[in-house]
Amino acid sequence: MISVNYFLVLSAILFSLGVFGVLTRKNSIVVFMCIELMLNAVNLTFIALSRHLGNMDGQVFVLFVMAVAAAEAAVGLALMITFFRNRESLDIDDANTLKW
Amino acid sequence: MEILFFLFVAFVAVGSGICVVTCKNPVNSAIALVNTFFCLATCYVMLDAPFMAAIQLIVYAGAIMVLIIFVIMLLNIGTVDVVKSSHAVAGGALMSVLIAVQVLYMLNRGEVANIEGPMTESAILAIGHTELLARSLFTEFLLPFELTAILLLVAIVGAIVLAKRDV
Repeated sequence: MISVNYFLVLSAILFSLGVFGVLTRKNSIVVFMCIELMLNAVNLTFIALSRHLGNMDGQVFVLFVMAVAAAEAAVGLALMITFFRNRESLDIDDANTLKW
Repeated sequence: MEILFFLFVAFVAVGSGICVVTCKNPVNSAIALVNTFFCLATCYVMLDAPFMAAIQLIVYAGAIMVLIIFVIMLLNIGTVDVVKSSHAVAGGALMSVLIAVQVLYMLNRGEVANIEGPMTESAILAIGHTELLARSLFTEFLLPFELTAILLLVAIVGAIVLAKRDV
């Protein structure tokens, strides 16, 4: 049995990569994929700790996170299609109507 | 042996995670993301959670990635500007390094609280992971489960309304 710390370190690295992608990329689909990467890092933490502590609740939470991610994917991609229709681009910097 | 296998999987996961963030073409990012999902599913199997691994592959690597690639193809976006201006990259790198250092510091100094629950490896193997999960999901977490169903319904309706040309 591998120590739980290895999984937590992997999860931390993946989460930081996701943060880096969200903060630096312009293409909104790539930003979206980086958010998925962060969600998956958190899922890995949930499952590793659930296994380590011998408690099933964490894995049930992972199921809920996956359901929310699926809902987010559907709505987010529909938003992107609408945005593309109005602005002819997917650049995050073009979403500036609310910017003062 | 197991630790070597884990290190290999973790290395591939981090490498394809870097590809997700740095690839110029969004399609390449998507393929790298699928690779990361596979590696995470392997980790779930190592953690005695085969049902979560199957769901990971079906929901993430199957459904969500197909949706993302479908939208990439639909909007026909090619290679675009990779990054924002250089100070944005520096800020993003600083933020993510700070988060990583913070989490690693806490892992190093802290101790994972060790209140052992009943689900040891032998219990999982004896009863079965899926059954344990279902027991928990349909008794203790029944209300959140139903709310998740409503959330998915609302998301479907919302996606159709948003993406329709003229409502």
